[in-house]
Amino acid sequence: MRVGLFVPCYVDQLFPHVGRATLDVLERHGLEVDFPRDQTCCGQPMYNAGFSDEARTLARRHVRIFREYEHVVCPSASCVATVRHGYASLVPKEPGFEDVRASTRELCEFLTDVLGVTSVPGRFPHRVGLHASCHGVRELRLAGASELGASAPGARPTLDRAHRLLASIDGIELVSPRRPDECCGFGGTFAVDEPAVAAMMGRDRIADHARAGAEIVTATDVSCLAHLDGLMRHDGSPLRVMHVAEILAAAGAEAGSTA
Amino acid sequence: MTHAENARAFVADDVRAHWHDEALWFVRAKRDAAMRTVPEWEILRTRAAEIKAHALSRLGDYLVEFEANATKLGAVVHWARDADEHNRIVLSLLRERGFRRVVKSKSMLTEECGLNPYLERHGIEVVDTDLGERIVQLRREPPSHIVLPAIHLRKEEIGVLFHAELGTAAGESDPKVLTEAARRGLRGKFLEAEAGITGVNFAIAETGGIVVCTNEGNADLGTSLPRLHVACMGIEKVIPRAADLAVFLRLLARSATGQHLTTYTSHFHGPRPGAELHVVLVDDGRSALAARPAFSPSLSCIRCGACLNTCPVFRRSGGHSYETSVAGPIGSILAPARDPERHRSLPLACSLCGSCTDVCPVRIDLHHQLLSWRGVLARKRLLGDGKRRAMQLAAFVLARPRLYERVARFARSAARALPSGLVGRLGGVSKDRRLPEPPGESFREQLARRRARGRG
Repeated sequence: MRVGLFVPCYVDQLFPHVGRATLDVLERHGLEVDFPRDQTCCGQPMYNAGFSDEARTLARRHVRIFREYEHVVCPSASCVATVRHGYASLVPKEPGFEDVRASTRELCEFLTDVLGVTSVPGRFPHRVGLHASCHGVRELRLAGASELGASAPGARPTLDRAHRLLASIDGIELVSPRRPDECCGFGGTFAVDEPAVAAMMGRDRIADHARAGAEIVTATDVSCLAHLDGLMRHDGSPLRVMHVAEILAAAGAEAGSTA
Repeated sequence: MTHAENARAFVADDVRAHWHDEALWFVRAKRDAAMRTVPEWEILRTRAAEIKAHALSRLGDYLVEFEANATKLGAVVHWARDADEHNRIVLSLLRERGFRRVVKSKSMLTEECGLNPYLERHGIEVVDTDLGERIVQLRREPPSHIVLPAIHLRKEEIGVLFHAELGTAAGESDPKVLTEAARRGLRGKFLEAEAGITGVNFAIAETGGIVVCTNEGNADLGTSLPRLHVACMGIEKVIPRAADLAVFLRLLARSATGQHLTTYTSHFHGPRPGAELHVVLVDDGRSALAARPAFSPSLSCIRCGACLNTCPVFRRSGGHSYETSVAGPIGSILAPARDPERHRSLPLACSLCGSCTDVCPVRIDLHHQLLSWRGVLARKRLLGDGKRRAMQLAAFVLARPRLYERVARFARSAARALPSGLVGRLGGVSKDRRLPEPPGESFREQLARRRARGRG
């Protein structure tokens, strides 16, 4: 199975270890992973700020680069949401758009829905709080949203994919914040347009996870984590952030070394 | 001021901002619990959305049907193109009868139209009879929330207000005592009133009846004593059949406050004997909004306030920060439709978390409409030249992978060399958080090195 690795621009430049962890997790499953080097950005920042023309240019490139792959995997739910939902309005007629929309998946989604992974070998003896990223929950429906009722079509009972994978790791303790899926306050340009509210939202999420006993806050999205991390480091918080891919890779490395 | 500026001031009072956030989260949690008692909740939402979409698609027909049936019941129906015409109609109804004292139950439409100040300028005494509305009226400020008008105030502040305005004991802040004082004060107003003004939650085309939902019974009291009842409604409030009410009433109170039903659901079918009922149908921009497919679903709104309660930005910035009669996510869609330039900061007061869309009982895709507004504002060049140029430049670079690699490498090394505070300011990020430490190598550089080594 040949997989195209879609590493968002800001992960490429600022969080290369998350790209590396994603690659490790995929390769450990015996996949042939290709990183097309012409990829840059899916266009999400422009799309979410209202600049459709600028986003369209990047969306078109993205489709052309990734349409040859059977599967495209990305360690960011919000970038996947842009491809899956945003592209329908940006580049509906671009050849290959339908294929890329269908083939692009968030990492945990790919592991559970395509590879059928139900448990992850290895050990990760830490107390972890899973931050449910909004685009993962409410755009991709990778987990049930707390707002929805039981009769939601396809939304509940929804397998919380990241939670299920993490919970299967030996030694991990997943803690439960009081508000299960409130926004961290990043929101792309939102954090620049509304810095005061964005920072308060982030601090409230950190406090919620801290009260629940987390040492580490994890998520399917690097952007949420980078926002929280910036506040944690500023405030001298004892908490730290790790992307889900890093935890899966760390557990897997442990399993590999003891096997 | 922009929403961000107002929000900064609200957040600066950390204790109050957190108290406000928790108070509204409590309402959201009550809503969740009430929602879970209805197994078919999501089906009801779909049904409500369909009824509203249908009603809006034939709005003219249903309004005419409503007018005919309401008239048969003895009501008088008036049509107002805009807020001014609405206010003039209400004033002339009062003047023709020589009435000067009015009690009013909660109506966001009259807030939208600025009815109170208009009537007061013309010598009419208007008393708001909903407790929260009465509180903000005594403070001479607008409501901060469409369902909970005084949610921005703590009971101690209301104690101080009532001491000054209603003569309660200094330092008294027991909600029961304060409510009793307000009730005593209002009792006289109800008895003296010559006319009662109410809003309308639903108008039923098939019957010509109107429905008003309250928790305090003030709409009933305010319309049972005076000889004149004026009911003011936006034209989008009309629904086709009485049976449709069953869908909306099950959704409305649960979404609003977590109650199964509002305490009072008052049905008016024509005037009571010896009295008059006038219904004022107000357009005020609604027809224009109905003609914009990207935003017309916002007309389905039943004003439950659930999107305000769940909005992480509303909870942390307060209703007044929006500077509109309807605040929060729904207000941030409706206000720019009236005046995009004045309200251009509102579609930015959203992290696109989507929680509003998931709580909305009539399935308005609120956060997608806010995103659509950003697109409209960008095309109108109302988002600022700085942001536009930054996005254009970023897209130019990102469309050229070699250039992207070179620019990004340079930016990383510059960021590593410069003091982090300066980088934060250049990056437009506030100084109360830190930026990531840029790594020496990007992912693609690491990968290229690793794979080159693997082959070598």
